[in-house]
Amino acid sequence: MPEVNTPLGGLLDGPPRVVTAGVELFETTLAAQGVEVVPVDWRPPVDGLAEEVARIVADPRTEEANRTALERITAAEPRWVGITTAREAVGIETGQFLHAGPPITWERASGPLRGALIGAMLYEGMAETPEEAERLGASGTLELAPCHSQAAVGPMAGVVSPSMPMFAVENGAFGNTAYCTLNEGLGKVLRYGAYAPEVIERLRWMQEVLGPAMDAAVRQVDSLDLRAMIVQAIQMGDELHNRNRAASALFVREVVPPLLEAGIDPSDLADVVRFINGNEHFFLNLGMPAAKSSLDPARDLPGCSVIVAMARNGTDFGIQVSGTGDRWFTAPASVPDGLYLGDYGYDDANPDIGDSTIMETGGIGGFVMAAAPAIVRFVGGQAADALDATREMYGITLGEHPHFQIPILEFRGSPVGIDVTRVVRTGTVPAVNTGIAGKVAGTGQVGAGLVTPPMEVFTQAVRALAASAESGR
Amino acid sequence: MVDHLEVRPGAYADSVSLMQVSRRVSDVSGVIAALVAMGTELNLDVLAGMGFDPPDAGTGDLVVAIRADDPDAVDAALDELTAALAASSGGAATASFGDAPPPRTVRDAAVFGGDLALISTPGDSAYVEALDALRAGLHVMVFSDNVPVEQEVALKQEADERGLLVMGPDAGTAIVGGVGLGFANVVAPGPVGLVAASGTGAQHLTCLLDDAGVGVSHVLGVGGRDLKATVGGRSTRQALHALDADPATDLIVLLSKPPDEAVAAEVRELAAELTTPVVFGLLGPTEGDLTAVADTVISELGRAAPPWASWGERPASGAEDREPGGDRLVGLFSGGTLCSEALIIAQATLGEVRSNVTGDPDLKLTDEVTAPGHVLIDLGEDEHTRGRPHPMIDQQLRLERLAAEAAAPTTRVLLLDVVLGHGAHPDPAGELAPAIAAALAAAEQQGRPLDVVVSLCGTAGDPQDRDTQARVLAEAGAYVAASNADAARTAVAVIA
Repeated sequence: MPEVNTPLGGLLDGPPRVVTAGVELFETTLAAQGVEVVPVDWRPPVDGLAEEVARIVADPRTEEANRTALERITAAEPRWVGITTAREAVGIETGQFLHAGPPITWERASGPLRGALIGAMLYEGMAETPEEAERLGASGTLELAPCHSQAAVGPMAGVVSPSMPMFAVENGAFGNTAYCTLNEGLGKVLRYGAYAPEVIERLRWMQEVLGPAMDAAVRQVDSLDLRAMIVQAIQMGDELHNRNRAASALFVREVVPPLLEAGIDPSDLADVVRFINGNEHFFLNLGMPAAKSSLDPARDLPGCSVIVAMARNGTDFGIQVSGTGDRWFTAPASVPDGLYLGDYGYDDANPDIGDSTIMETGGIGGFVMAAAPAIVRFVGGQAADALDATREMYGITLGEHPHFQIPILEFRGSPVGIDVTRVVRTGTVPAVNTGIAGKVAGTGQVGAGLVTPPMEVFTQAVRALAASAESGR
Repeated sequence: MVDHLEVRPGAYADSVSLMQVSRRVSDVSGVIAALVAMGTELNLDVLAGMGFDPPDAGTGDLVVAIRADDPDAVDAALDELTAALAASSGGAATASFGDAPPPRTVRDAAVFGGDLALISTPGDSAYVEALDALRAGLHVMVFSDNVPVEQEVALKQEADERGLLVMGPDAGTAIVGGVGLGFANVVAPGPVGLVAASGTGAQHLTCLLDDAGVGVSHVLGVGGRDLKATVGGRSTRQALHALDADPATDLIVLLSKPPDEAVAAEVRELAAELTTPVVFGLLGPTEGDLTAVADTVISELGRAAPPWASWGERPASGAEDREPGGDRLVGLFSGGTLCSEALIIAQATLGEVRSNVTGDPDLKLTDEVTAPGHVLIDLGEDEHTRGRPHPMIDQQLRLERLAAEAAAPTTRVLLLDVVLGHGAHPDPAGELAPAIAAALAAAEQQGRPLDVVVSLCGTAGDPQDRDTQARVLAEAGAYVAASNADAARTAVAVIA
């Protein structure tokens, strides 16, 4: 564009407004001249990774790849389309299990993950007693793989065995599907590592009654628009990770009419409705595959520095970055900072566990804390802390979600598309909300709170991305 | 041990608040365990797990269970419960819903509005922050040094595509729209626009012009490498176009060391196409010095250059009545271009001069702060500013060197520069004058001659007030010159 009369966009026409980064002296001298100054609260990249960050930013593919990733994530149209068994959905057979987080072995698995595997073995009829199941687990014959490797996600232990029913969530914009098991409720449940007889009994009921009923219901309406429900729930005070109260209520409202029309046995129907209605986290297992299906199209873009998965297996916290493919960057998971149920305390808590951080990865969960101020009390915070948490996340993300709007921030879109280079540049880690599992297998949930992801996973990813960067022009 | 169990029907609070209340009650001294929760099935199970007999309570009822060492502890716990429930029902907020957290990167600062970003981070981060600025539509001045040249090229290409200007890297000075950026002197507005590949060079030239009553429209710093073949004069060309179109600029000065030949040819070609006349202020052994450039500019405007100001007594030329004593010239500079200019002048008369800014490998100093024979050191160079502020801001190192060199019996004349303006030390003369006076007194006591010459780069409008600074230095016994070339020639003449 020719700029005949306004060279440099009018830079020379008057005193410039100046952004300063670095030496504070210059901020001071500009302010003394009466200039409008916006100072950057600048600090060196974590771990001295300046050169690595520069190499990634200079990679000629990165800017475009990041733009593509953000466009794809925010253009997603997740819809619940049906219920399918894990055997069909994620292609596992008896003896094969999926679990939350990065890859792990039985030896390194924490209490809740082992407990959930024991429960799953009992449920699949691979063992008669917990002791037998434990021996089987320790024998090293189980085939374990991350949910994320099979387009699935699982809350807490995230254990998926072949007979379990799974929600199928299709991303209408890209045609990919993501899967997640159905939520069992709170307390002693498999995903928190409980495997008592009532846990297994509930799983059987979910397989035989709940799953088919839900499938019949969704067939009545073809599919359910999950994005629309997430949008509404955020405006109703959910952040959709630790608080799914509004979303679950909205889901009941949507699903009950088709359930009633689906010709389900009346006594089952009552149980199904009571079960869904009595679980305010029921929607979590739909929100998670919705986020997963939205993020998967952003995977494997060469040069892309966007995080496509954050997940924990109870031992390690791991992330995957678009530009580095399926590679996991892991570090020891920490114990969440939170509030505990009853007389449980910090010493009873297991390190961070679950794929539910897919919510934060997709710009929900801790990233929309501002929309869910009730949540901050998990850490003894105040409502203003919720605003700060969300506002800090804009500093590590590429953009704002056009649909997930936060009323109290004047309907600003949620921060979305975590750029791993910005995590390292700012020293700000993603804000993550989570439930807390007991560390002893079979305990169940002991609390809920906030977790601080280990910085090491982000620095590892930056090093790897820098090593594979193409040199600039 | 005492158990307290009560049900408060209809006293609803959300579970998150109640978990917090439970924790406060549990923390009361003497309390073994406590649960304050709504009577949900889950909570009643938890209660049973704690060894309480589950009461008859529904989901709308508040259950309070306290196990304590004694009844007093139960009472204390119940008091705490009352306080905690009151606090959880609101009104306790002290934090405000105030401003967003401070931006941590240039991208996030640019959201608040800006025309230009001034980057002075360590060099290894400057590229990334500058790119943030360009992508947010901001012009950039990169003050940082140690930026790899390929990053400079990449930034300037990106800027070119976006119609933005990159000043620097290693741009110490700019004046844009009357605003001094980095180190800059307070000069009157006027017809001369500068495109400068040298920071202190631009400062010195604008100060001399200001002294002569010639004002400045803008100073656009382009960085010392812009006119080298690798960078190809990208910023220089953009700056020339901008000043050509700027109605306030009647004369453009391009201030630089001699550029690479191919780049020079291109720039000359461009200059010829512009409607605004361009003066080439080239600095080098065969070209000229800053004072000569100022003279040219002033005469181009049809005026006469004034005699350049000086204060104190000019030391006598030493050729005729040489006293016994030292014979070394020692220069301690804070401005790179001022040091280079002094070096060129000194070499012409004295021959061998060791320096960290010389191009002669045999005479090149690296980390050393002194050497035998004549030495001119730029204390603002990287090797002397690592882990230490620039000498324009902090004179610690220079004061140490000044004392040491003045005490050396071989030293005959000390040459210093003092740079004033925005960003510079608030009172350099206040620190230097006592050191100069002490050095001269010590030399006199030892019966050896010593002269101190100061090149003072500043204007009447500078925050430090140049005339006051000059007087203080002159009263301490220094000869102070507004022209760096004058100062250098005077110092050289003492021993020539």
